[in-house]
Amino acid sequence: MPTDQELLLKSFALRRRMLRLIHHAGAGHTGGGLSCLDILSVLYHRVLSISPESVDSPTRDRYVQSKGHCVEALYTVLADRGYFPDSDLDTVCRYGSKYVGHPTRKVRAIEMNTGALGHGLPICVGMALASKMDGDAFRVFTLLGDGELAEGSNWEAAMAAAHHRLDNLTAILDHNTLQITGPTRDVMSNEPLDAKWRTFGWEVRSTNGHDYAALSAALTAPHPGRPLFVIANTVKGKGVSFMENVARWHHGVPNDDELKRALAELEDAEAKCREGSP
Amino acid sequence: MAGKLGLKLGRANLEEFADTLQVLATVDRSIVAVTSDSRGSGKLAPFGKALPRQIIEVGIAEQNLVGITAGLSACGKKAFGVSPSCFLTARSLEQIKNDLCYSDVPGVLVGISAGVSYGALGSTHHSLHDFAALRAISNITIIAPADNFETREAVRFAAIAAHPVFLRFGKAAMYDVTPAGTRFEAGRAVTLRDGHDVAFLANGETVVHALLAAANLADAGIAARVVSVHTVKPLDLSTVLATGRDCRVVITVEEHMVHGGLGEAVAAALLTAGLKPAFRSVGIPDEDTVTGAQADIFRHYGISMERLAATARELLKGRTSGSC
Repeated sequence: MPTDQELLLKSFALRRRMLRLIHHAGAGHTGGGLSCLDILSVLYHRVLSISPESVDSPTRDRYVQSKGHCVEALYTVLADRGYFPDSDLDTVCRYGSKYVGHPTRKVRAIEMNTGALGHGLPICVGMALASKMDGDAFRVFTLLGDGELAEGSNWEAAMAAAHHRLDNLTAILDHNTLQITGPTRDVMSNEPLDAKWRTFGWEVRSTNGHDYAALSAALTAPHPGRPLFVIANTVKGKGVSFMENVARWHHGVPNDDELKRALAELEDAEAKCREGSP
Repeated sequence: MAGKLGLKLGRANLEEFADTLQVLATVDRSIVAVTSDSRGSGKLAPFGKALPRQIIEVGIAEQNLVGITAGLSACGKKAFGVSPSCFLTARSLEQIKNDLCYSDVPGVLVGISAGVSYGALGSTHHSLHDFAALRAISNITIIAPADNFETREAVRFAAIAAHPVFLRFGKAAMYDVTPAGTRFEAGRAVTLRDGHDVAFLANGETVVHALLAAANLADAGIAARVVSVHTVKPLDLSTVLATGRDCRVVITVEEHMVHGGLGEAVAAALLTAGLKPAFRSVGIPDEDTVTGAQADIFRHYGISMERLAATARELLKGRTSGSC
């Protein structure tokens, strides 16, 4: 299992790869991809009991990306983990490619086709119920976005998950506080998040969504009798100064110059990080 | 008239569905019923008592019901999501489209009290859109059984289907219209009565009315074919086109709005094949549906022995004016 420092060093390469993917595809969700990438890295390195060898096992942990628009981050992490060749990333959104602009089961290790918001959590409730019926055979995880929480189906599922005491279910919020129009608090406030989810009967944990140790702890500590909601506090556009906390990068695609600047920033940051490494 | 034809009155298809599912689920423990405060209206209370670990209550939350059905289906369960068709296929349409059909998991949706089964309760409780809405979604088989036999067989088919299935049931007791020895196959229409003057292509709870109309016409020397097109999608093209080749008049009958259902599917198939029999689509017209019980609504819109027979005579005489 990689150390925090190894994950941090890897994150620079993953961010660069994802940006090149989006630039090449000419489409994508840059800001949210950069905000959730560390969460995905922790999930696929430390949390999910899944590997390219066990990807078809009935007892594998399930991950459903409800905020499906950030598929570029997921494709990048899956390629890095060896589920498919890195060169496949150059086909994302291309004519005839199986790598659609939202998650699709045609791609190895992707569990469900998502992209319309508010679908992942209900699906995961069904998966967690299936696991319970089979003696807690596996755990189920989903990733939600801030803006997505305005979809009412999430709250139907939140009620059902607590009602059925699904302590094998974890929902992670990529809490970057921005959505396509601007700050979520201005579009449709979802606060107070912790109180809302607690009232719905969930265990709630709040953590830094770019801190590998804190995320790992939040995602792995048991939560008997209740589903778990992890508020992962993140930065939209994380790692690229001119993208951070700027709503237009929700689905902004870097041009050639912006890509060059972003890659250079990430290379510099990685170099500094390596210099400081023991 | 039904007695004259020797038809035996069975029970509601909904009851047949619930019993069949319980029998199957007793053997196949992967079968799960998912209900939205609908186990009573879905006749699943006995199922719940006998197999409490195989029924999941989600409350009045149809979107969640379909999502959960999809999630269960993606993890090795054979999930049957059971809810009134009016809510199931309208409120949850995006979940049906994406979670079940696009993701291609083998879940089953059961639209209960479909069509105008809830008659006088008004259009909030009518599902006259479900064929049209689901036909426009790729990767789902749509079945509206006519009688207890077709219901039983459709449930058995759905329980082992590899892709999404929608089953549509009403509340009324149904006559057994299927001849003994008939083999059920999803996507293969059943010819209940042969004839070469008129063809009635019907499904669900309207089939018996077409059958009675055919008997009525026979008294006047008119030979009418009656086909139960239980599977609206995929449509049995060979059987449908044979009616267009063999019969001067083709009449579709359905408990659905005339837009987007069986009638338009048959019309498109006939025209595409270059067949132009005199044609009429009988269903619920595009208007504020009249108040009444299912039987009242059927009579009002021409889904009755007398009115279907009259429609056939009119078309045979070449008087083809009328709404379609």
